[in-house]
Amino acid sequence: MASIELKNVIKRYGAGKGSNQVIHGVNAQIADGEFVVIVGPSGCGKSTLLRMVAGLEEISSGEICIGGRVVNRLEPSERDIAMVFQNYALYPHMTVFENMAYGLKIAKVPTAEIKARVDKAAKILELGAFLERTPRALSGGQRQRVAMGRAIVRQPQVFLFDEPLSNLDAKLRAQTRLEIQKLHRELGITSLFVTHDQVEAMTLAQRMIVMNGGVMEQFGTPEEVYTRPASTFVASFIGSPPMNLLKNAPDAAPGTITGVRPEHLDITPTGWALQVEAVEMLGAERLVYGRWAHSPTDELVIVRTEESHAVPALGSTLHVTPRAHRIHHFDAATGKRMEAP
Amino acid sequence: MVERRPWLDFLSHAILVIGVLVVAFPVYITFVASTHTTQEVVQSPMPLLPGSHFVENYATALSGDRQGSGSHASVGRMMVVSLVTALVISIGKIAISLLSAFAIVYFRFPFRMAFFWAIFITLMLPVEVRIGPTYQVVADLGLLNSYAGLTIPLIASATATFLFRQFFLTVPDELVEAARVDGAGPMRFFKDILVPLSSTSMAALFVIQFIYGWNQYLWPLLVTTEENMYPVVIGIKQMISGGDAQTEWNIVMATAMLAMLPPALVVMLMQKWFVKGLVDTEK
Repeated sequence: MASIELKNVIKRYGAGKGSNQVIHGVNAQIADGEFVVIVGPSGCGKSTLLRMVAGLEEISSGEICIGGRVVNRLEPSERDIAMVFQNYALYPHMTVFENMAYGLKIAKVPTAEIKARVDKAAKILELGAFLERTPRALSGGQRQRVAMGRAIVRQPQVFLFDEPLSNLDAKLRAQTRLEIQKLHRELGITSLFVTHDQVEAMTLAQRMIVMNGGVMEQFGTPEEVYTRPASTFVASFIGSPPMNLLKNAPDAAPGTITGVRPEHLDITPTGWALQVEAVEMLGAERLVYGRWAHSPTDELVIVRTEESHAVPALGSTLHVTPRAHRIHHFDAATGKRMEAP
Repeated sequence: MVERRPWLDFLSHAILVIGVLVVAFPVYITFVASTHTTQEVVQSPMPLLPGSHFVENYATALSGDRQGSGSHASVGRMMVVSLVTALVISIGKIAISLLSAFAIVYFRFPFRMAFFWAIFITLMLPVEVRIGPTYQVVADLGLLNSYAGLTIPLIASATATFLFRQFFLTVPDELVEAARVDGAGPMRFFKDILVPLSSTSMAALFVIQFIYGWNQYLWPLLVTTEENMYPVVIGIKQMISGGDAQTEWNIVMATAMLAMLPPALVVMLMQKWFVKGLVDTEK
């Protein structure tokens, strides 16, 4: 087991004037045994960051420590990590057993121990019946488990997952998510998990790093990220439908953005007046899209109401009140969170 | 046919039958000629049904023990020379091309692209164009009438290097990275992962290059002057003597049949792999 420390990590491609910086100084401390999810839109540098921890990308500047040891100059195999790739990257010509055993074979682990470790991993992942098959003969979910098995048998200090669930269908994804959680509980190995899916991030993470444009926007527990987003980006990225970020809220101070999640707006007899523009039925709940009745902007406000609530007529005026302590204020210029004075 | 029309069925079969006849008839004539006596073969018209001297003619050809003019080298010996040459050329080509393609695709070194283009440009120069200087070099090195002289100039191959390069480029990067995480060094990755993955391409290439090596004519004609180093293709040519002396066509035809056998066998035995290597895209 080991902690991971990122100290002002920077990644740039090319040198001199034409260089292109993609990670802008990330600082993070990940405790021993913690499960941390890195989440962000595509192109935000989350995979690059993970690959720098893995040793597959060079670190342009800064330091990465695993278990207190600076690993900047170490080969991936010397960093005591195991990685699960998005496309699994199983060796197509080897059987499941050989796939899992390959790393150990190179490390010259005795044959008997290789067998014991692979058998144990196969038992945890329920792969016992497939050990003699090649990856070609396996389903997507089974391949995914083999990829995890290959990581487990190495008994690493750190697990790195690079969007391992994105090639699975929705049902299998939910199931595998639970399996990964269970695995982490049993093995207690420090894990870094990259995903672009906020649901995956919220459900798996003990703490999560929200990235945008190569910058770490927030590092906190899913609760913190949801209840106290550090910036307008985090506020809009986490939560579905996204938080209303309003420039023209009736009682807003100038130069600020008011944020309210659609689920924290209650329909009340008085309050903010909205003109109903569209209504969407989602099953258990209903989304009401409205425009400000007091000012002619095209700012849309989304309100999430229960399905049992009466359907507001299109064009009618609806009054909503944000719940106490559920209003967020952001600086309009920087997008950063402002604490209530 | 996709459309079920009787006359289209008939037409397609007719075209196929004509095609088979055009290709197979000369081979059949060769076979027929190889089973008659010399006198029978030169008769006009030549018999079109197999004769009764099959065993006799082939035994004569294989041993080289005959009366007529031209070369008297034994076909058995020639077949050995051809086989060794074809095997060395095809295996050598595959080994060298695999390694050079590996270097070009997976290593970053100065002038990498220059080397690649240098290799690529040789694609445009067939053996015949550089045959003079190549002969000079081989002769100066004293490699005439040796296996080395027969094979080495034909081994370096841009085609195969290019083919393997294209194949390596399709191997997913994640596989390379997985191997790195597993602790496999470059040569380990090459041996354990790239070579097994290339096996079908290697098989396809082996078939093509074996036939290429076996059917070499111009180059062996230049570098072999002694009978015991004749490949079978040259042997056939040397048996056909000009002048007054009568060529033993039945023996020549028997030799031709024997010369056809190994490439045909290689194609038949490796057909499954060959086709897979050409069409397989699954990694």
